[in-house]
Amino acid sequence: MELKGAQILVDGLKREGVEYIFGVNGGAAMPIFDALYGETEIKLIPMRHEQGASHAADGYARATGKVGVALATSGPGATNLVTGIATAYMDSIPMVAITGQVFTHYIGSDAFQECDVIGVTRPICKHSYLIKSSDEIADVVAEAFHIAKTGKPGPVIIDIAKDAQNNETPFEYPETVDIRSYKPQVHGDQDQIAKAAALIKEAKCPILYAGGGVVLANASEELRQLTLKTQIPITVTLMGLGAFPETHPLAMEMPGMHGSCCANYAFTDSDLIIAVGARFDDRVTGDLSKFAPNAKKIHIDIDASCIGKNVPVDVPIVGDAKNVLTELNKQVSTADIDPWRNQIQEWKQKYPFEYEQKSDVVMPQYVIEKIYEHYSDAIVVADVGQHQMWAAQYFKFTEPRQWLNSGGLGTMGFSLPAAIGAQLGCPDKTVVNINGDGSYIMTIQELVPAITMKLPLKIFIINNMYLGMVRQWQELFHGKRYSAVDYHDNPDFALLAQAFGATGLRVEHPEDVEPALLKAKGITDGPVVIDFIVDEEENVFPMVPAGKGLGDVIRGLS
Amino acid sequence: MNPEERHIFSVLVENRFGVLARVAGLFSGRGFNIDSLNVAETHDKSISHITLVTHGDAQIIDQIYQHLNRLIDVIEVTDLSTAGTHVERELVLIKVATDNPQKRTEILQVAEVFRGRVIDMKPASLVLEITGDDGKLKAAIDIFNTYGILELARTGKIAMLRGSEK
Repeated sequence: MELKGAQILVDGLKREGVEYIFGVNGGAAMPIFDALYGETEIKLIPMRHEQGASHAADGYARATGKVGVALATSGPGATNLVTGIATAYMDSIPMVAITGQVFTHYIGSDAFQECDVIGVTRPICKHSYLIKSSDEIADVVAEAFHIAKTGKPGPVIIDIAKDAQNNETPFEYPETVDIRSYKPQVHGDQDQIAKAAALIKEAKCPILYAGGGVVLANASEELRQLTLKTQIPITVTLMGLGAFPETHPLAMEMPGMHGSCCANYAFTDSDLIIAVGARFDDRVTGDLSKFAPNAKKIHIDIDASCIGKNVPVDVPIVGDAKNVLTELNKQVSTADIDPWRNQIQEWKQKYPFEYEQKSDVVMPQYVIEKIYEHYSDAIVVADVGQHQMWAAQYFKFTEPRQWLNSGGLGTMGFSLPAAIGAQLGCPDKTVVNINGDGSYIMTIQELVPAITMKLPLKIFIINNMYLGMVRQWQELFHGKRYSAVDYHDNPDFALLAQAFGATGLRVEHPEDVEPALLKAKGITDGPVVIDFIVDEEENVFPMVPAGKGLGDVIRGLS
Repeated sequence: MNPEERHIFSVLVENRFGVLARVAGLFSGRGFNIDSLNVAETHDKSISHITLVTHGDAQIIDQIYQHLNRLIDVIEVTDLSTAGTHVERELVLIKVATDNPQKRTEILQVAEVFRGRVIDMKPASLVLEITGDDGKLKAAIDIFNTYGILELARTGKIAMLRGSEK
């Protein structure tokens, strides 16, 4: 039977198990939206801006581990998706972004709403396809999903000309996908794994350094086994939070620019770093010339190009973290490193995350502590800025996929739409969105679909009336010249939430924090927005200034 | 700063539109240099062969190798500079001014030395085809420059491993 290209696309998405598509309709994608009309197996979620659609697809993928799907029209629809695609690419999130394209005979003619989407997105996606004929659609959909979710995951773009959506062709969906030029290496080299085990045995001051790759590979269980079996102290990066429970005595909390002093000192004094699904990012290492000068490095990563990119590596192991750790776990035993463990415990006790509590103003860290107290099991979706760092520091994550944030690209505006995707993907979980006043307003329009769908999102704004992280840098490095960061002209977010149709609360005093959080718990028929008016010029500490070594950390209070 | 080395990569790719842009984008996006580039279909119409000459320190060369491998449309990458002994050739077309018969005779004699072939001859110019490695082509171009080169085009290097090394 012959079907329209748009119908073949939708049927292909069903074969891939797609539950939700996040999209914004427009001219060149209308046949696809038409094919989704009345569709019951796949739910179309209309968002209010294409950026929201791509972040929602991303949030769904991060929370569930499945491939998120975003859909937009050509030209501006597609370019609006770009920030969300780049966000997913930087954090290796499996996503398929579908864009309508102008008719094939118009391509290249500067037609209305035409944009070379393949060209624009080339450096920010794992792969991309331009479809000019309906008979290509089935194979491309199958390939796109295969590529998006295997190896190092990432976004794949399918750009479909409008005539390819309209033309009819027989529907034959491939049963299997075999791409001769794409064979991810998932099993680690046995000799290398044996070398790693030998180094671990010899080390006197080893640390485990785990990143988002552990979450992506669903290897948290194997990481826990490795840590518990060896009793080696572990630091988990911003992207990996929850891969190992931060409440465990061996956990040193996150490393890097705003990480724990313990983790940063441990890096500096270590003689062996076992990196798993982490990429020695500049926000983690600080000045590379001062980074872990005495440490040998074992680097386990699915992406060979990540190994040796920033630091020289002694034992590279290319492979899927789950497979490699399973093998490694067979070859390790408890490390004989008591003096080192004692040193770590001493640092941990001496330099906890801390702040000065005040009675007349709400401290942002206090809000996060209270959120943790009352929502410890929730999925936390943070935005980007000071609130993100405080959330990472003061909320103790214990499970993978419990913490979603744009760590790589650092995209402000990510969190509200991502929270929508996460809530749809995990309907039985409470989803807490910790936002900033600057980031919230960047995608505030997505409150509309959240309200329409009655999603019980807890949207907590840490409102310091500034673009806070930039202001902090201006205070420390630009002589307090607060250029373009003063947000005292913010609207009243509680009233604004009410105008949208959500519950809106405003909290200005420390004693009102907990009652408001408890009240929010009881609101389950739609989103609740709490605008926490916090200390305006509170800074995030500890802090390793950009370009400095981890040992040069500014501890803040102590 | 580590010493820079010249490397020749042989890259087999899917013969599809857009593949060259992905390869070129990999270099431009990371500030790596392409010294020369040749792309053409192979005996298998579904595969194109790219010969790419680049330079950089060991770390950059490794990154280039890894990132080429990472492209979905890339079937196989070989760093010919490290994988074994290889042969390399480049073809150049040189249009030389021949203002008078005596000069023409001289140019033809020089062309003979480089085993060049005349592929076009007009009263005031002729076009020579010369193949060889870098050194030979440079020598030829230097000499013909003294007669006045009107136009010059090079294929960029093509290369492969010797005999049974693959």
